[in-house]
Amino acid sequence: MQLDQLYQEVLLDHYKHPHGRGLREPPAAASVAEAHHVNPTCGDEVTVRVAVSGGTLADISYDGLGCSISQASASVLYELLHGRAYPDALAVHDAFVALMSGRGQVEPDVTVLGDGVAFAGVARYPARVTCALLPWMAFKDAVARALGNPTIGGTA
Amino acid sequence: MATVEQSRLPGPGTSGVAVALPAEPRRLDVARVRADFPILDREVNGHPLVYLDSGNTSQKPRPVLDALTEHYTRHNGNVARAVHTLGTEATEAYEGARAKVAAFVGAASPAEIVFTKNSTEAINLVANAFRNGTGRFRVGPGDEVVISEMEHHSNIVPWQLLCDRTGATLRWFGITAEGRLDESTLDDLVTNRTKIVSYVHMSNILGTVNPTARIAARAREVGALVMLDCSQSVPHLPVDVAELGADFIAFTGHKMCGPTGIGVLWGRSELLAEMPPFLGGGSMIETVTMERTTYAAPPVRFEAGTPPIAQAVGLGAAVDYLTGLGMDAVRRHEEELTAYALDALATVPTLRLFGPATPVGRGGIFSFGLTGIHPHDIGQVLDAHGIAVRVGHHCARPVCARYGVPATTRASFYVHTTTAEIDALVRGLDQVRKVFG
Repeated sequence: MQLDQLYQEVLLDHYKHPHGRGLREPPAAASVAEAHHVNPTCGDEVTVRVAVSGGTLADISYDGLGCSISQASASVLYELLHGRAYPDALAVHDAFVALMSGRGQVEPDVTVLGDGVAFAGVARYPARVTCALLPWMAFKDAVARALGNPTIGGTA
Repeated sequence: MATVEQSRLPGPGTSGVAVALPAEPRRLDVARVRADFPILDREVNGHPLVYLDSGNTSQKPRPVLDALTEHYTRHNGNVARAVHTLGTEATEAYEGARAKVAAFVGAASPAEIVFTKNSTEAINLVANAFRNGTGRFRVGPGDEVVISEMEHHSNIVPWQLLCDRTGATLRWFGITAEGRLDESTLDDLVTNRTKIVSYVHMSNILGTVNPTARIAARAREVGALVMLDCSQSVPHLPVDVAELGADFIAFTGHKMCGPTGIGVLWGRSELLAEMPPFLGGGSMIETVTMERTTYAAPPVRFEAGTPPIAQAVGLGAAVDYLTGLGMDAVRRHEEELTAYALDALATVPTLRLFGPATPVGRGGIFSFGLTGIHPHDIGQVLDAHGIAVRVGHHCARPVCARYGVPATTRASFYVHTTTAEIDALVRGLDQVRKVFG
């Protein structure tokens, strides 16, 4: 396995220059929730906050500590999903999870996953798949909370 | 004349004089040691394996692998219950391993050695005794248990559980900036409220070897028991339980060239005799009726069910192997590697070492960070060059929190480690900085 297949330039760019990083105050009149997820094997953590307004993910903000894979993954998640309608975002989420669970056998669709295709190599490293999925799992939790409790989101 | 000259020659009766001279400590022949470990021949990602993760689990030398195969191919039977030949042989091998382990750590008798599945279970066994026991094995509100911030989670969580369930209070020693146990609070921490002090002999993350004399003396003064987590020390240093002044020690087979699935609790015999059973089941009984059970004497009282027989036999072979090398020689080898590694790592730009920076009172475990590069990424790039290190919080998250980092990268050495492998690590870290710099 070549290292540059894992650490593709696009991925390292997102790590060194993350998009949308930092927890932000949500827009008014949005349903807001956040989720804090930890990878217990390495101590990495991420908090994802989503603001849902009229069926759209008005904002996704995040903060965390972690390796290049987990942090770049959060940056890509932000870029792909913020401002999207919820069902579209869910489809992207599912495609990313399928890519990560595919042990390198899933051919990613760049029209769906954008920069997320740079994570194809990660799927061949089982120990790193959890790093890539950390922000996506937190995102899914946060969205579920935001939709389940339209007045104010919870925190965990 | 001839008579006088002859009288000056050392005769058979005077050979003891030569023995009384300080013996030159044995040295490890590392090339020969390496030939004993078949796994060191393999390549990883196109590079020769550089295994710097012995603190996580050690590799196994040929005699241990052979002992496991020999046991299963020739002597497999259950222990302490079969009258047939195989059962007798298996029992003798299992009890023989207990005797070897006892001798290895200077136990007063093999009956002081309880086989568990690992160090974690050994510590839980003692913590559980304080929950279900009587007399000095009983804690409640007002009683205190003292641990340290330097512990592996296995020496934190069992005591938290004990305190949660009994109302006892958990207290702990801190860590100094240099990575030593902060003993300055000893007299405040260990008092007549203290029931047990349980701390690590050699830190699995900092490499610190903790002095034991002061804490043992203070514990004795206030009537507290002392337990030492020796998971990292027994594999790497000569350990004699009498010298440690402890009441219990825990260690594990797989970190000392033995198999996984076998650990050891050593306890002073009069204490083991006072302790209630841990798990209930076969073997650990004296007699059972439908109404009640009476229990066997230690160590069998604490070994419910079919024990890890082959694993014990493998551990016995590991003890023989280490004894053959000489634990003084093992310690000396690792002291030399430690001094070399401290100098070598000091040349790596931006490297921050967590733990003592001097080769005194520390072993061959080196946790570090590189500025701006996450340990997972360091470990990944090193693995691409065949170098195996551990990354993460090393099951010692409070230590990471103490130094304000979520994780570290850790290189740990053993009998087969060479200075060339330390050089390979330093070159590997240059590669890491190229990828992420």
